[in-house]
Amino acid sequence: MLNALLVMAGIAIVLGAVLGYAAIKFHVEGNPLVDKIDAVLPQTQCGQCGFPGCKPYATAIASGEANINKCPPGGEEGIQKLASLLGVDPIPFGGDTQPKPKSVAIIDENTCIGCTLCIQACPVDAIVGAAKQMHTVVASECTGCELCVAPCPVDCIIMKPIEEKISNWKWKYPVYALTESAATAGAAR
Amino acid sequence: MLFSPFISKPDSVSAIMLKVLLALLPGIAMYVWYFGPAILVSITLASITALSTEAAMLKLRGRPIAPFLKDNSALLTAWLLALSIPPLAPWWLVVVGTAFAIAIAKQLYGGLGNNPFNPAMIGYAVLIISFPVHMTHWLAPHGLGDGGLVLAELSYAQQLQYIFSGALPQGLTLDAISMATPLDTLKTHLHLEESVQQILHMTIYGQIGGHGSEMVAWGFLFGGLYLLATRIISWHIPVAYLGTLFAIAGIFHLVDPAHYVAPLFHLFTGAAILGAFFILTDPVSSPTTNKGRLIFAAGAAFLTYMIRTFGGFPDGVAFATLLMNIAVPLIVLYTQPTVFGKKAQGDKP
Amino acid sequence: MRELYQFHGGIHPPSNKTQSTRVAIAHAPLPSMLTIPFHQHAGETAKPVVKVGDHVLKGQLIGLPDGFVSSAVHASTSGTIAAIDMQLIAHPSGLPNLCATLIPDGKDEWIALEPVADYRSHSTTELQQLLRMAGVVGLGGAAFPSDIKLRIGKQKINTLILNGAECEPYITCDDMLMRERAAEIVQGAEILRFMLDANEVLYGVEDNKPEAIAALQQAIAASKLNHEVVSIPTIYPGGSAKQLIRVLTGLEVPSGKLPTDIGVQCFNVATACTAHRAIAHGEPLLSRVVTITGNVRHAKNYEVLIGTPINELVALSEALPDTDRYIMGGPMMGVPLPGVQVPVVKATNCVIAASAKLFPPLSPAMPCIRCTRCAEVCPADLQPQDLYWFAQSREFGRAQAFSLFDCIECGACSYVCPSHIPLVQYYRFAKSEIRAREHDKQLADQARERHEYREHRIEREKREKAEKLAAKAKAAKPAEPLTSQQQAEQAELEARREHIREVAQSAVEHTTERNGD
Ligand code: SF4
Ligand code: SF4
Repeated sequence: MLNALLVMAGIAIVLGAVLGYAAIKFHVEGNPLVDKIDAVLPQTQCGQCGFPGCKPYATAIASGEANINKCPPGGEEGIQKLASLLGVDPIPFGGDTQPKPKSVAIIDENTCIGCTLCIQACPVDAIVGAAKQMHTVVASECTGCELCVAPCPVDCIIMKPIEEKISNWKWKYPVYALTESAATAGAAR
Repeated sequence: MLFSPFISKPDSVSAIMLKVLLALLPGIAMYVWYFGPAILVSITLASITALSTEAAMLKLRGRPIAPFLKDNSALLTAWLLALSIPPLAPWWLVVVGTAFAIAIAKQLYGGLGNNPFNPAMIGYAVLIISFPVHMTHWLAPHGLGDGGLVLAELSYAQQLQYIFSGALPQGLTLDAISMATPLDTLKTHLHLEESVQQILHMTIYGQIGGHGSEMVAWGFLFGGLYLLATRIISWHIPVAYLGTLFAIAGIFHLVDPAHYVAPLFHLFTGAAILGAFFILTDPVSSPTTNKGRLIFAAGAAFLTYMIRTFGGFPDGVAFATLLMNIAVPLIVLYTQPTVFGKKAQGDKP
Repeated sequence: MRELYQFHGGIHPPSNKTQSTRVAIAHAPLPSMLTIPFHQHAGETAKPVVKVGDHVLKGQLIGLPDGFVSSAVHASTSGTIAAIDMQLIAHPSGLPNLCATLIPDGKDEWIALEPVADYRSHSTTELQQLLRMAGVVGLGGAAFPSDIKLRIGKQKINTLILNGAECEPYITCDDMLMRERAAEIVQGAEILRFMLDANEVLYGVEDNKPEAIAALQQAIAASKLNHEVVSIPTIYPGGSAKQLIRVLTGLEVPSGKLPTDIGVQCFNVATACTAHRAIAHGEPLLSRVVTITGNVRHAKNYEVLIGTPINELVALSEALPDTDRYIMGGPMMGVPLPGVQVPVVKATNCVIAASAKLFPPLSPAMPCIRCTRCAEVCPADLQPQDLYWFAQSREFGRAQAFSLFDCIECGACSYVCPSHIPLVQYYRFAKSEIRAREHDKQLADQARERHEYREHRIEREKREKAEKLAAKAKAAKPAEPLTSQQQAEQAELEARREHIREVAQSAVEHTTERNGD
């Protein structure tokens, strides 16, 4: 009896030591959590999460100050990714934050008075133009954050949803009578 | 809209399952020939139970019923389970086992295609653990009845009566009208310090295995070869299983023939042939890679032999199957074939 | 006899080729109207260089190659450009794309052609440019610009393979082309060989086309060239480039690499034919051979002008009344057409009139039973049942780890699946989803970088300004105070800045608020 106990205790100590050693030896210096979260966020820099940009929101998530369902541009997908990154359950969007189709800003070039306010609002420098000159949005750089819409004194900026073209078209999830429920079951897993 | 490919081979799950059912027929015919029609009663009972359980569960799970009932997979589970239960078992034993197999082991895991364990073997395992007495009383083959293997042979009518009402003719007990399996008998007598050679002289044994049951095994072998010929199953599992079983049994037999019976005996008794061609080859619960199938079947053969020889259960096929089922995902992961164009790099997922 | 190799799997669907090989290639009459897409090739859309109302000649350039991977587009006959706008094309999305509508004037008047008398006296770069401007692209189906495939850099090409396998059921355009124009194919192959400086030229033709093999052999003998026709076993997808290369040379194109990386290049026989016409006759790619087959009275091959509407073409073969849809390409990999008015493009090898009788709808898909019939036939040695599982549960990472992108979408797995699961559909979905995500990721990284740069810039500007102010303040101390005008100016500047800050700030609040209601 005593022998058995001693053996067990011995094994426990040895294994514990091995584990401890391994933890030190194979310690991976990962990116700090904030960077990992930031990598998942869509970088729209829109502030819809209530933070002045994606990095601040990432920092808030990392410190536990913010929920993971505050980023509409990221969509359900983004919530899923954050949830699996942080090992928590995904939570649906709340009533006030809802994802919308990805859009780009378009400046009505006839109305624009060249005030440069939108340029100063754009978080990614996607608007070009000089004072008193017409401004244009560089569509490929625009993240669709809408930050330029409000500052415009003549309301000449509209958000246009990106339309489906052959170049950005995607194959849809196959939907067939019987497999549909199997699919939802699979997706829920 | 429908997309390519627009053509497909005329084949279906139900056709495949139907062919497997057909392949069981020669074995069942032999069974009836040697042991009487009682087995047909349990097969029918099991079939009815399986179909109604399946329908009920599909309804509960809100899945379409018709296409799944037509896929014949529930029938296959029912037949395999019925063939593993003594024909003389009371009706409720068959019903409980089948219902468990379908409801718990198949549908609760997600139904067709999603069960990690072979449902028929789960049913068998549940029965042998819960009702060991009923599960070990087997019919004796014809002509070896009265006084030979069993004290009295029941008429078919009496068998039916026993199955459904549990009533035996005056003065007879269950022990008097049934026998243990050849494998069980061997084990019991080996414990009595008899030698293999002595034991095999008993009337219960035939040319290579049990009297009568060896012929049933031939029947299953015949059906299994049909499955191989029609490429319903690949050769990997049967060959690896029977080969490994033969090899292990052969080694033990060579070392000590008095205590370890000849390898052919192992192949032709119990559920070895049935298992090799019909049970282990269940596509859902067996590995999907060829290398994996070899490992899976060899492992199952090893476990079968160990359970038969050193374990407490009469046969090892069911538990060996279930144990190897657990290992399937791991086996598959480690036996991924090399993808086209990745041979040189040799990198695998 | 050359030693042949095998690839894993493959299937033998009913070939249904004899219907359309009974008669010779016919010339389709001039259609009433042509719709010529500017994007008929892999890569960038060609840039329109004509205007609506322009009169163009046959062979006149109407689309200029735009970007590295791109190709030219020409007017297929003489006539007037009636429109340049978005039209339906043969694409699985059913979305329109930029096309020129050409109303023929019926004269079929050529521009002045500039044939190359002796291509051997030209550099490969010149010849590449000629092919690019002649709009020569792969005619096997992928429509990859041929000039790009001929730019091989320092790679030494050992084997040039001419793909005449044509493994898809129903399609016979290459077969007929080989039978009737073997000499031109051989000449074209020699041009390609010259450009690649390849040591050997092999024609891979499936053994169900004995006439084509004989015709090629004759043409080679007549030309005294050292090419070799190899009869390969008929098995689908034996005509897929990687599989064909494997059969003929025993080499496997490494995953994610190009055939040129193992010293092989592969062209379709029809591409060789057009290359020959482009160089030796100066003719740009204006027409191709198209098989019209399936549910039609006269299955046949036609020489068709690019841009011909499918309905005018099918009318020639008289589609039977129960035809319910049309498919461009073969039954294994073809694209269902979004409408009958879509045009024939350079990639159109076949149009199948389909009916419920010809291609019966499948019974509903059942769950996968892991029978691995799909894995047995997969020519890429994949485990389709696992890929399916990952794709349907959107586990894209694992799908990729299990080599999803090595799938060639041949459809062999779907063909044999007893559960009738549209497997390839799941792979297409997963692949395009993964690509879209990678694209989004790239955009996000770009946005992050720009945002960080901007923050950095603002920071720097602020600092610099502060420093400047401090310096000024120091310098200004002994100097006299600012004039009232200067003061006013500075105050105004400051006020403006403040205003901007406020507005930008309120923009943030505004958006959050607006999302609130
Ligand atoms: S053929 Fe179909 S049912 Fe069989 S394993 Fe492949 S996907 Fe599953
Ligand atoms: S479609 Fe992809 S997975 Fe299916 S057989 Fe072809 S290569 Fe394999």
